[in-house]
Amino acid sequence: MSKVVFQRPHALTDTPFSYCPGCTHGIVHRLVAETLDELGIEGTTVGVAPVGCSVLAYEFFACDMVQAAHGRALAVATGLKRAMPENVVFAYQGDGDLASIGTAETVHAATRGEKITVIFINNAIYGMTGGQLAPTSLPQQVTQTSPYGRDVNEAGFPIRMVEMLSTLDGVALAQRVTVDSPKNVRAAKKAIKKAFEYQVEGVGYTIIEVVSTCPTNWGLSPADALQWLRDNMLPYYPLGVYRDVKAEGYANVAEAASARAQRLASGGDA
Amino acid sequence: MKGNEALAEAAIRAGCRFFFGYPITPQTELAAYMAKRMPKENGVYLQAESEIAAINMVYGASAAGKRAMTSSSSPGISLKAEGISYMAGADLPGVIINVQRGGPGLGGIQPSQSDYFQATRATGHGDFHLIVLAPSTVQEMTDHAYIAFDLADEYRVPVMVLADGMLGQMMEPVVLPEPKTDAAEKPWAVTGHKGERPHNIANSLYLAPERLEETNVERYERYERIKAAEQRAEEYLVEDAEIVLVAFGASSRIARSAIDKAREKGIKAGLIRPITLWPFPVDAIEAAVPGAKAFLTVEMNMGQMVDDVRLAVNGRRPVEFFGRTGGIIPTPAETLAAIERVAASLEGGAR
Repeated sequence: MSKVVFQRPHALTDTPFSYCPGCTHGIVHRLVAETLDELGIEGTTVGVAPVGCSVLAYEFFACDMVQAAHGRALAVATGLKRAMPENVVFAYQGDGDLASIGTAETVHAATRGEKITVIFINNAIYGMTGGQLAPTSLPQQVTQTSPYGRDVNEAGFPIRMVEMLSTLDGVALAQRVTVDSPKNVRAAKKAIKKAFEYQVEGVGYTIIEVVSTCPTNWGLSPADALQWLRDNMLPYYPLGVYRDVKAEGYANVAEAASARAQRLASGGDA
Repeated sequence: MKGNEALAEAAIRAGCRFFFGYPITPQTELAAYMAKRMPKENGVYLQAESEIAAINMVYGASAAGKRAMTSSSSPGISLKAEGISYMAGADLPGVIINVQRGGPGLGGIQPSQSDYFQATRATGHGDFHLIVLAPSTVQEMTDHAYIAFDLADEYRVPVMVLADGMLGQMMEPVVLPEPKTDAAEKPWAVTGHKGERPHNIANSLYLAPERLEETNVERYERYERIKAAEQRAEEYLVEDAEIVLVAFGASSRIARSAIDKAREKGIKAGLIRPITLWPFPVDAIEAAVPGAKAFLTVEMNMGQMVDDVRLAVNGRRPVEFFGRTGGIIPTPAETLAAIERVAASLEGGAR
């Protein structure tokens, strides 16, 4: 008798991905979909697709989906979650969407502690428009709009988003992962699942940054792109848990925030 | 009640439980009222980080099938333009209040009607319209907020109530409508499919040009139905009028006073007051053309609605304009003078 050992998650449609060969979007889509399957929440989940390469994510995820304007995913997600507190809401965004044009929405959804899950794909470039300088492009990185390499005196410094967001009281979980190896894919899956679990429990805002590749616009083969990620991106964007209020012993962000306020009032560290 | 507060209460009574806003003068009382009332109605008042975020929160709540609204004033509406376009493109209902102030730019905080073009022509990019309601009394602020949600749900379009700082701040007695619940069936809403239906998608992206054209053609067919069914206008002394004034909102109140004074002087003036600015009440203008010798629009701007009156009159009669702008409200006396100028030009028409 044959036994199914591997199949498409139910929470992915059978629409073929529109992503380039070697792009890590496909892996991350799968991890999100597996999570929806395992938690049995596909039917109560609404996802928000951004503007960028994953603009068509609404075709790939089988749950209800909303397509948002560039950068506005977390305002739309806020409206959805406030309208349907019992549902699960996630946004799937790239670095241009989340860390440039949507920075205000990102920071304020986080500080309000919106009970949503954000999957943040950081590949240090604008992929869909053909490889322009991103807020997370590395110093000296050559892109279409930094043809001589990112000059930090001119273009400023790359943003470390999860570090920044981890300072906010509304954030329950802020973690950076990558999907360059089976081991790291498993770790990324664990983090994504934890983020959705925290949302279901009402702990607070959760964000998982996935350090990703863009072989096409980096001008590298998929394998070389993964090596470039290890050599260049991971040193600047270290993997790790930047905030996890449950691991710190709090039930939710309100408890953690109040403890932090007391520590600060008594002259302690934030 | 104050116009802004009456409007807010009417929206709650229309079943709206989701308000997303950002502070701006002169709509302040509206948001403050919502902040006070929504928690008591198990509703949501959320002060967004920006006007842009506020309209996108409306987009989200509306996609979830809920009656949602935002309110702002002119500069804030410019910021919401993107979100309004996306709502139109995704066929999402929703109510947007504009308590207008003078512009362009930061302009001023005094009443104005200078967002007529923005509301009726170019609220955002792309082929689309809003239904635009123009109240002229506190009672109408109330009534329009109440019906706006029904119109939005019925046609799946965003609806704008285009008020101004004068109506927002003015106090008049009102009869509040009976509370109703948000009960419209919305099978398209993204509420989670629960394994019972294919996934719903709220979206305005169509990469295939044929498909995008198709969505626009379908939407314009809906607009034709709206034009046929929803034009609204009030008439005052139009039957025997030789000079037909056309004015909406606050300026229609002044026009009416000026008409009374003109009548005392023997000038047969009347008023068509558009209540819907889109669809523009072309039928009311058309009906007035045979009896009218001239039209005169009175606006608190540099001449915007006058274009729509000229389109409706289509060259058959002269269409003049009188207006003040920058937050200045025209006086009945200067409006009367404008009527007299038109009357004089008609007398000299044989020259």
